Order: sequence, then structure tokens, then C-alpha cells
Amino acid sequence: MSGFFRLLARNRLALAGLIVMGLVVLLALLTPLLPLADPDVTNTANRFKPPLSEGALLGTDHLGRDLLSRLMWGTRLSLAVGFAAAVIAATLGAAIGIIAGFYGGRTDNVIMRGVDMLMAFPYILLALAIVAALGPGLMNALIAVAAVNIPFFARNIRGITVGIAHKEFVDAARLSGMTDARIIATEVLPNVVPVIVIAMSTTVGWMILETAGLSFLGLGSQPPQADLGSMLGEARSALITNPHTSVVPGVMILIIVMAINLLGDGVRDALDPRLKSGALSRPMPTTLVDRSAPVPKPSDDGLLSITALETQFRVKDRVYRAVGGVDLHVEPGECLGIIGESGSGKSVTALSIMGLVASPPGVITGGAAYYRGDDLIGAPYEVLRSLRGRHVAYIFQDPLATLHPLYTVGDQLIEAVRAHHPTPRAEARVRAISLLKSVRIPNAEQRIDSYPHEMSGGMRQRVGIAMALANDPDIIIADEPTTALDVTVQAQILSLLNDLRRERGLAIIFITHDFGVVAQLCDRVAVMYAGRIVEGGPTDTILNAPAHPYTSRLMACVPELGQGRRVLAAIPGLPPAVDNLPTGCAFADRCHKVQPACRTADIPLSGPSDGNRVRCIFPMTASSEASA
Amino acid sequence: MTLALRLTGLSKDFPVGKRLFGPPRAVVHAVQPVTLDVEEGETLGIVGESGCGKSTLARILVGLLQPTSGTIEIAGKPLDNADPAVFGRMIQYVFQDPISSLNPRKTIRQIMEAPLRHLHGMSADARSARIREIFAAVNLREEFLDRYPHEFSGGQAQRIGIARALAADARILILDEPVSALDVSVQAQVLNLLADLKTQFGLTYLFISHDLAVVEAVSDRVAVLYFGAVVEVGPAEQVFARPRHPYTRLLADSAPVVGRPLSAPEARETELPDPLNPPRGCAFRARCAHASALCGETAPALEQQPDGVWVACYHPLTGAG
Repeated sequence: MSGFFRLLARNRLALAGLIVMGLVVLLALLTPLLPLADPDVTNTANRFKPPLSEGALLGTDHLGRDLLSRLMWGTRLSLAVGFAAAVIAATLGAAIGIIAGFYGGRTDNVIMRGVDMLMAFPYILLALAIVAALGPGLMNALIAVAAVNIPFFARNIRGITVGIAHKEFVDAARLSGMTDARIIATEVLPNVVPVIVIAMSTTVGWMILETAGLSFLGLGSQPPQADLGSMLGEARSALITNPHTSVVPGVMILIIVMAINLLGDGVRDALDPRLKSGALSRPMPTTLVDRSAPVPKPSDDGLLSITALETQFRVKDRVYRAVGGVDLHVEPGECLGIIGESGSGKSVTALSIMGLVASPPGVITGGAAYYRGDDLIGAPYEVLRSLRGRHVAYIFQDPLATLHPLYTVGDQLIEAVRAHHPTPRAEARVRAISLLKSVRIPNAEQRIDSYPHEMSGGMRQRVGIAMALANDPDIIIADEPTTALDVTVQAQILSLLNDLRRERGLAIIFITHDFGVVAQLCDRVAVMYAGRIVEGGPTDTILNAPAHPYTSRLMACVPELGQGRRVLAAIPGLPPAVDNLPTGCAFADRCHKVQPACRTADIPLSGPSDGNRVRCIFPMTASSEASA
Repeated sequence: MTLALRLTGLSKDFPVGKRLFGPPRAVVHAVQPVTLDVEEGETLGIVGESGCGKSTLARILVGLLQPTSGTIEIAGKPLDNADPAVFGRMIQYVFQDPISSLNPRKTIRQIMEAPLRHLHGMSADARSARIREIFAAVNLREEFLDRYPHEFSGGQAQRIGIARALAADARILILDEPVSALDVSVQAQVLNLLADLKTQFGLTYLFISHDLAVVEAVSDRVAVLYFGAVVEVGPAEQVFARPRHPYTRLLADSAPVVGRPLSAPEARETELPDPLNPPRGCAFRARCAHASALCGETAPALEQQPDGVWVACYHPLTGAG
């Protein structure tokens, strides 16, 4: 709750709205206690007294009634009616929306078509019709305003409920023996309340205006009772001669609605989970670079060589060291595997190369990435843009999320081709078809006009690969490209990638958590843990004789086909949080070979530069491995 | 051995393109009639690729979906009640995504109490005693009870999901991809915990997964599903080592294994059969090297081979390799 107020207070305008609204509500509550004149006593001798006159601070109206008193009582009434209408509309609308969304099917269809019919009327016409049917009066105006706003709530809440009703925790509640009514009350409702509050906070202002509108037309509060709308209505005839009688209620309406709307926007921003992290700002086109240490010199090996790369995420006052000094290099035609668990920094390393880490909160704080001798870290956006896709291309895990659902795969491929090579569209289309053929999509001439949803997961990933190949890149960075695919499809995609690198001399950086995939595809492999490489070298060496205890134990706890039923050697504990890394070895707390020396100082990656390099002072040897 | 669970001709059709009145435009047979026996204390692995109907089958088994035909018997008694609460006392479900199976606005204690209160009507004291017992069994600390789901890692949340399933005191657990959302080092922790709980509480597992290696490591028997039908059932150590159905063979050959050279076992560009327009005869026919005219006539039935493995194929592989 205090977090909510802190977020709200960050928005200055919302805070101003909150203060103004608080004052107005306080005055409205205190009105009966204040020494005010009776708002309904007429005194025609004193009619149209100007503001600041004796005994009437804001003057008097056409019947000589005290305007200040009428304003206070009128505000009190308008606020009460507006809030009451909002609460009624929200309660009924939410109830309708939850029932329609939760039960779905025919119930949903019947209810929502009814709501659609209500929405088809202009709202003021509908309100007028309701008041006409029930007769004028403040209560009936309240009913009309509430009824008019029910569809808005019903539609909003239904949409949210549909999403929640299909969540697994609702199924779990059913299996726990809960009835539908109880599931709605205890599982669904708590999850839609924030949405109801957001919808209410942004509509209360409207409802006050609508009530005032009906009163202005003489359909709401009846004389002599004052509310803001009826005060305006009565002052209309004297608008030119005595403008203060209209200005006074008009200014109050302005103040109230402005304050509520500002406050409502603030409440929405503070409650909306998507905006909660404060990430309202748009990410920059390239990752921020803030290197304090001198940039390392290029070592002249490799097509792409990464030296001492460090990437951090800075969220509020915490610093997450996602990548803490990574060295990698890759040669043409070579496949380098990066293996690690989630949070080990393998994806952030890959994204840092081309400045694709979202900033804020990502910052590259050290190191360099040399592509053919030029440092990519800190390169201007135009340079990176001309390299992205053209020389270094990415393939991502989820092909459905990387392809735009509203364009055909052909349109997207043609765009990828023309982004770097301005060619006529027809020519680009021919190229796109040949790309689809090169990733062995059957019937490429027809499939080019398919939308992503019309293709299977394997076919979509082939399109993703075709797009990466569009500009004949030198390097492809593939981030878990087969994790979302079935095994039979995975085998096809892997052999496709393998053929492509042999035919075209592509360098591939392949990120995965699967040792089987690494063994089959990669020449060299780097194992990452807590943002650093703990072991790297030729794939055969590492898989046959892992030197780092983490590598060895990670391999032991993954079941492998053909080994039959067995107890797996699990690694106890969890990887450390990268905002609070221990001194020395990050794996020490989970390691069975840990010694006091492991925790005293930073451990370097050591070993021959062309062989197996390991970040461990007590590496596994053949004998210790046998006993472990 | 006594039977824990018997499925007889269980199937599920989904209407596609529903109209306000009249029949739907088409029907998808998500699960073809499935007949399976599960013995008490056994782990039956169910493998298949996405869209093969394994999750639909699981949801029928716990009563979240109504079968179109067929019956479920638990411990010899038919289950003809559609009430999930009746199912809940006998058969429970562990979900794939540990975080989204916990209501973000409830504390762990509230989540754990639901099955105890609604399925067993326990008093507050009995509930907290039982929760303490279960939490000890799944290696969770009691101070977690007053926290909210977002404070837990995937592995911890999955332990809570397992604890909730145990609280219902059901003898059969359906584990629907229970470790596929977890990191590899945490996977092994959860798999070992499941093995311990099985012996401790005498449970029967149906372990659903797309990961052949995981299924092989935990199961006694494995059933392979393809296009909504069981195509092979056999002992875990045999099914992938000596596959009898050509599809099982394809699966086993596709799995990446250290030390085996990379090859695409299926060179042809094939796509799964279209559920809206299912092929006649064997659904695997178009991808199968051994297909004959007979395969195009009628779908083969699941039949027991001399070595005890059940295969739905007219031309089962010899199992020599």
C-alpha cells in the first residue's frame, strides 16, 4: 500500500489532483457544520448581489439565495450522486462482466449482445429515455447515469475475467473442491479488483458531469434543492447580465473533474502492473554504454571476438551484474555453444554484442566486441543498424513472437532483404522464395503468402532462420532456437543449421541448455554460471572430461536417453542472485569440493588458450570424477 | 498387483466453428478411444509431441473435461460423477507452469488449505497439522506459508504445487510436464522429490512429458501418443531402446544424444496430419517408410506382441535396432 502511494506521489499532477480532491471532499463533508446561510431561503430583495458583498461572500442568485451556501451544498450533493453512480455502475457492471467471462459460451454470448445493444445508444439519449420513463428527480438521474455506464464496466471486466478464468490456478481451485461461486469470489474477484478501481477512478469525473448535465436540463435535482448542474441551469438566463451566478458552479465543476481525472490517471499508472516497474520510457535504439575502465585492445584472432564484456541492469538502487566479464571468440564456419541455466547471462551476452539489451535498465559497463577488428560496443546507432541483420543476425526462441502476426511471411522476408539492399520488390520476392527454399520449406512459392499463424512451429522457425540468412550474414546468433519445438522438428532444424554453416561458412553462436544439442552441433562450448564463463574449450574435451564441478554436476543431473531408469544426482540449492554475488567462486555454496580458498578471492579462467580453460582452483580430475 | 486406474475407450471430441444453433461445422477428435491400465504404485510415462492429445487426456482424467465416450475406473470403482471435487479426492494434478498455477493474490497457506477444507472438511487445527506434515515431506520451510507466490523460484513453486496435490490425499497424481518449465539443475531436485514421495505415500503417477530422456528416467512403463491415439505401450527400458512402432523409432532417433552424430532422421519435409481433415487409416502413414496399402484402409488396433509390448502397427519393427 505504501508502495502504491509512493508511485502515485511520483506523478506530480496526480498528487496535485489528490490534494485538491481531498480538500473538496473535506469541505463537502464539513458543510453541515459550517456557519452558512440556509441555501434554500429566498430573499428577492437581495437578488443578484455581486461577489464579496456584505453577508454573501460569493453573492446571491436570482432569488437572493446565498451562492456560497448553495455551492457548498450543491457540491456535496453532486459528489455524492457521482460517487454513488460510479459504485453502482462498477458493482453491477463488474458482476455482469465476471459472470459472462467466467461461464463463457452461450451465457457470455447472450449477456454481451445485450450489453452491446445498450452501448449502441448515444449515452445522453439513453439517460434521457430512462429519466423520461421514471420521471425527473435526482434519484432517477442517478439510476440513469449508473445504467448508462454499466456496459463500459461489463466489457472491461469481462475481458479481464476471460483471461483469469483460463488460468491454471482456477483449475487447481476446482480440483481443490471449490464451487463456482466460491471460485468467483475468492479466486477471480481479487484479481479483477485493481481493474475495477482503475476503471472507476477514470470514470467518476464523467459520471459527475453526466449527472450535472441531467440536472442542467431540469431532469435531475428539483428546485429548490441545489446541485452543481441545477445551479448552472438556473443561472443560464442571467448569463450575460450576472455572469458570476454561472461562473461559480462552473468553476467548481471544472476543479472537481480536473482533479478527479488527474488523480485517476495517477491511480491507473500506479496500479497497472505493466507500468509498475516505472518502465514508462521507451527503450533506446542501442544499449547505453558506460565504460569506466580502458577499452581492451583487439586481439587479432577470430571473426568476432568479445573481450571482458560486462553488462549490468540498474533498477532503482540495485545493480544486477548480468554479464560479469565474458571473453568469447568465433571463427568463420565455426559453431560456438554457450550453455547455462536461466539467469546465467547467456542471452544478455548475445544481445550485448549488437547493443540490443533494452536501455534503461541495461548498461554495458566494460569490455569490447570486435567484429573484423572494429569495436561494436559504443558504435554509433547508424553503424550498428547497418551491421544488424546484414553481418550479424539473430534467431530467437519463439518464432511466433518474432514474426509480425499481421503481415505475411513473404512481406517480412522482403522487408528484411530490402532493409540493407534496396532492390525492386519483385526481385526481393524472388530472393525471399529462394531463401525459403534454402531452409527447405516445401512449396515455397505458395507458402510465401502465408501468415505466421498458418504455419506450424517448425515452419515458423525455418522462416526465422530464412530471415536471418536474408543478407548473407557472417555470424548467426541463435538463442535457444529449438527449445520451443518438438524433438522431431528440432532434429530437422539442427541439421539445417549444420548444413548452412558448412555450405556458407557461417559462424554460429548457439545458446542452449541442452548438452545433447551442444554435443551434436558445436565445435567449442562455453559454460556460463552467474554471468561468467566457468569453463570453455573443445566440445569433446568438456563433455568427456568436464573440469569445473558445475559442468560435471550439471551433466550428471540431466537425464539422457538410453541410460534407463535412475536416480539423478541433483545439485542442491539455487544459483546466486546477480545483484549480490559472493566473493570468490559463485558456485562455492553448491559445490561438493568447496575449500576456504574458493571464497577468498576472484578466481581467473586458466588453462591453455586453445584447450580447456576453467575457472576453478580445484578442478575435477579423472580420479576425483570417478569418486564423485 | 491391483489396478489403480483403468481407462476404457476414453475419447474426447472438440467441436470447431460453433454456431448459435445447429451442429458445429467440424469435429476434432483430440483423443481417440484410449484403453489403458495403470497398476498401483506404478509410474506410467506418457510421451508425445505437441498436439498429440496428452494434456487433453490428463484433463479428462482429473474431471476438468468431460469425456465424449468411455469410462474411468479408479481402484475398481467406476467414476461416473462429473464433479471435480469427487475426482479431487482420488486423483490430483500437478501443473506445468508452477507460478501460474498459484493464485497471485493468495498466501501459500490459503492455497494449501483449500483442498483440506473443501475436499475433506477438516478443522483449523487438523488443517495446520496436516500442512506441517506435507511441508516437511516436500522439504519446504513453514515460514513460506505466509508469503505470496511471486516470492518463490520456479522450483520452490513447483514443490508448493506438489504439496497442494498431496494435501488432497489422492492416491493417483497426474504430473503434466512437471519439470519442463524448470532449469535443468532444479529439474533433478524435483524429479528426485517425486520419486521419494511415491515410496513414502504409496502413490501412482501418470507422468506426461515431451522429454523422452526424463520419461525414460522416471517411468516403469511408457505409452507413446500420436495424433490422439496410443501407438505403443511397453516397459520404459525397452520402448526407446528397442522401439516397435515406426513413430517411436523416429522420436528416439530425433532426441539429441551426446556422442551420436547429428542427422535428421526424417529427411522428407513432413507436417503433422491435419486434425480437421484426418487421414484414413494409420495417422502416421504419410511419414512412415514401412507403409503399405493395408495402412491406408483402417487404423491398426493396439495389439500385444510376443514380448509383451503393445503396438498399434501392421508392420511392427523387429526391435533389433
